[in-house]
Amino acid sequence: MLDLINVSYDTQIPNNVGLSQDKKVLKALEKWHPGYINWWNDLIPQNFQESMVYLRTAVSVDPKGWAKFDYVKMPEYRWGVLLAPAVEDRKIPMGEHMGEPAWQEVPGEYRNMLKRLIVIQGDTEPGSVEQQKFLGLTAPSLYDMRNLFQVNVEEGRHLWAMVYLLQKYFGRDGREEANELLVRSSGSEDAPRMLGAFNEETPDWLSFFMFTYFTDRDGKMQLESLAQSGFDPLSRTCRFMLTEEAHHMFVGETGVGRTIQATVEAMNKAGITDPYDVGKIRDLGVIDLPTIQKKLNLHYTLSLDLFGQEVSTNAANAFNAGIKGRYMEQRIDDDHKLQNDTYAVTSIKEGKIVTEDVPALTAINMRLRDDYVRDAAGGVGRWNKQIAKAGVDFQLKLPHEGFHRQIGVFSSVAVDPDGNIMSADEWNKRKDEWLPTKADGDFIQSLMVPCYEAGKYASWIAAPKVGIDNKPGDYEYVKLHMA
Amino acid sequence: MNTPVKQHLIDPEICIRCYTCEMTCPIGAIEHDDNNVVVNADVCNFCMDCIPVCPTGSIDEWRVVETPYTLEQQYEFDELPEQEDIEVAPPSADEEAADPVSALLAEAHKGAGGKAKAPASAAKPAVNMYNLGKPAKMTVQGNYRLTKDPDHDVRHIILDPGALPFPVLEGQSVGIIPPGTDADGNPHLPRLYSISSPRDGERPGYHNISLTVKREDKGLASNYLCDLEQGAEVEVTGPFGATFLMPSTPDAHLLLICTGTGSAPMRAFTMQRQRSGATGGMTMFFGARTPDSLPYFGPLKKVPESLLKQHLVFSRQEGQEKEYVQDRMVAEEEEIAELLQKENLHIYICGLRGMEEGVERALTSISESIGVQWRAMRDVMREDGRYHVETY
Repeated sequence: MLDLINVSYDTQIPNNVGLSQDKKVLKALEKWHPGYINWWNDLIPQNFQESMVYLRTAVSVDPKGWAKFDYVKMPEYRWGVLLAPAVEDRKIPMGEHMGEPAWQEVPGEYRNMLKRLIVIQGDTEPGSVEQQKFLGLTAPSLYDMRNLFQVNVEEGRHLWAMVYLLQKYFGRDGREEANELLVRSSGSEDAPRMLGAFNEETPDWLSFFMFTYFTDRDGKMQLESLAQSGFDPLSRTCRFMLTEEAHHMFVGETGVGRTIQATVEAMNKAGITDPYDVGKIRDLGVIDLPTIQKKLNLHYTLSLDLFGQEVSTNAANAFNAGIKGRYMEQRIDDDHKLQNDTYAVTSIKEGKIVTEDVPALTAINMRLRDDYVRDAAGGVGRWNKQIAKAGVDFQLKLPHEGFHRQIGVFSSVAVDPDGNIMSADEWNKRKDEWLPTKADGDFIQSLMVPCYEAGKYASWIAAPKVGIDNKPGDYEYVKLHMA
Repeated sequence: MNTPVKQHLIDPEICIRCYTCEMTCPIGAIEHDDNNVVVNADVCNFCMDCIPVCPTGSIDEWRVVETPYTLEQQYEFDELPEQEDIEVAPPSADEEAADPVSALLAEAHKGAGGKAKAPASAAKPAVNMYNLGKPAKMTVQGNYRLTKDPDHDVRHIILDPGALPFPVLEGQSVGIIPPGTDADGNPHLPRLYSISSPRDGERPGYHNISLTVKREDKGLASNYLCDLEQGAEVEVTGPFGATFLMPSTPDAHLLLICTGTGSAPMRAFTMQRQRSGATGGMTMFFGARTPDSLPYFGPLKKVPESLLKQHLVFSRQEGQEKEYVQDRMVAEEEEIAELLQKENLHIYICGLRGMEEGVERALTSISESIGVQWRAMRDVMREDGRYHVETY
């Protein structure tokens, strides 16, 4: 167990920010750390905390130092505080301060805006761990359990990263906000997590995969745009977090892909060609493709809501201030100030969905969401290739961006997955065709039986094509602690 | 014909297009379109920075090619192309006579009683890519002692060819050139060692190779190899050998008979069968003086019987009668007799020349017990590429 009194932050918390010399931050972290460990220990069932998990730990930020694999108990994971290397003479890449040297300290005028962005980002990290805390109990394999825990510890590390920024740069307020991050809790009545999607349950593994594919991808887009920040420590933190976020995308994309693979293989073996022959397909112990489509619809639309209002002055202000950029800001060929540009945004006019040009500065959220949609479509295309390769006549698709929305212009209208506006009554009558029903959830739940034998997988999911860290198929990714 | 080169590729079926590799590459060798992420063969310098950052394992793919796949070709990949057979023109008869390596191999294979043939299903080996005039420079990644017996210093030595293409198959050998010159002032000739690692590398995907070397009293090359430290550079020729190869058919059964460092190719076979998920099984008779002098004694105990049934035989075990591989083979007559009747049986014998006679005798007597003449059977198996001897 980690010795909480004698934490040697330079050896136990890999960092490249000189923690041991920074007395003020060190003191703040020492106070915060026990609460964090308590939060972690109370969260995930104890026998998993005691298990040896084959995890990747970042010990430094150079490419060869941040993927060290070894068995570790999760509470002893080395949560690092790691910033990507500083870019010499980095300039603020956008907004009215464009071209000025990047800030190494918080600019007073933007202090609150910055703090809020960091707190929101920080709040999502523990939120997702809370949502996923019981999934280990129904892991379809040790491989998947290991991936779940890897995602969890990295979200934990991302919380550390945000807490470090709060404590280092925001004084007393920052410390208070850091403490609050451990008080709020996913789904809590009194103190829920700040964003809706992080208060939804993750009741089963397909939800987990959909979450890591769709919702963590929103996280990736947010981190990408914060990586552009003129506040250099935030930019460097987010750049390094992105390298880990990629693993979460991987878990999601391959998790859904392997679920599909098990389904089409079972259909082929049983000679079922009609993907809508749901009852027969479910009898095979796999999840039918139409249900997978429904889960996709749900998680995709919840994630779209995370992008906020299509037209937003907050987003415009953050961009203009040089606090938050666009996805791949450096690769965009424009003036990076957007004073005179326009951007096409969808809205509802007289009951119809229309596209109109608005000042680009106010459409930052819309643009990021469009980039997200393109990014998310890639994996769906690859899943469809898999289905086609198996000879099954079915295609998954992303529903229309107006479908099932709670935030933004579409929240006021009922839209079907094809983009047709309809009455709320009709939408409610038909919603079971598009979104998972209680019966669908019960069926998926019935498949969630743990499979803890090395190299074996539950019926509904196929084995991965490649092992983690190139390990062979029967590698024991988690050495379970049997109490 | 172009000289083959090693090319870095990304598996499009496993890649999730996170572009982490592209952002990590310090020299801009990686790029993407809407379809794939690709590596520019003209730019990539094999610095390996992109390997650990990939979350998927899709990045660790290498092909030995005569002409590298262009970016356009890679953008069109739906799946990774197979490794093509790279054939290096076989030496003509004259060259063969003059080639000391071929002569050495022919001598080593003599015990098979006729011209050796590769199994019909064996993958095509690349041979003679590097020679005395143009050796491959490899880096020593590790040098581990395998035996506890002080009189038997056997080493497991891992060599990394780095960016050089050095495609090998299990059962092939490499030449090691000891530094310095002989009494006449000429550079030393290469000494041959069997590779003990499988085709995709000691570590899968890394294409590094391992050798199993016993320190011989006054042996020039063996002492040189056994004393190598991590990071040292070694000149290597080869790969050599186009017959002592394993079948690709997963249901073939392999009978492996070896002593001492003759276990090197057997280790490679076992690892490759395990990695490829072969189902046909293997039976091993492995002789050494004592457990302490038997290379890979520890790791072997972890290999499941379903993959490799093991008979470890010791000739100097205290408190036990001397037992040699041929003795155990006779003792397990029924098991071997059953194997000999299988059409998919492949036999491999590797070790000191002295073992040949005894093994031959054992096989003769076991064959007789099932009413078969061993010589005739051996010749058929050899012609089929199912009987292989390599002794020294």
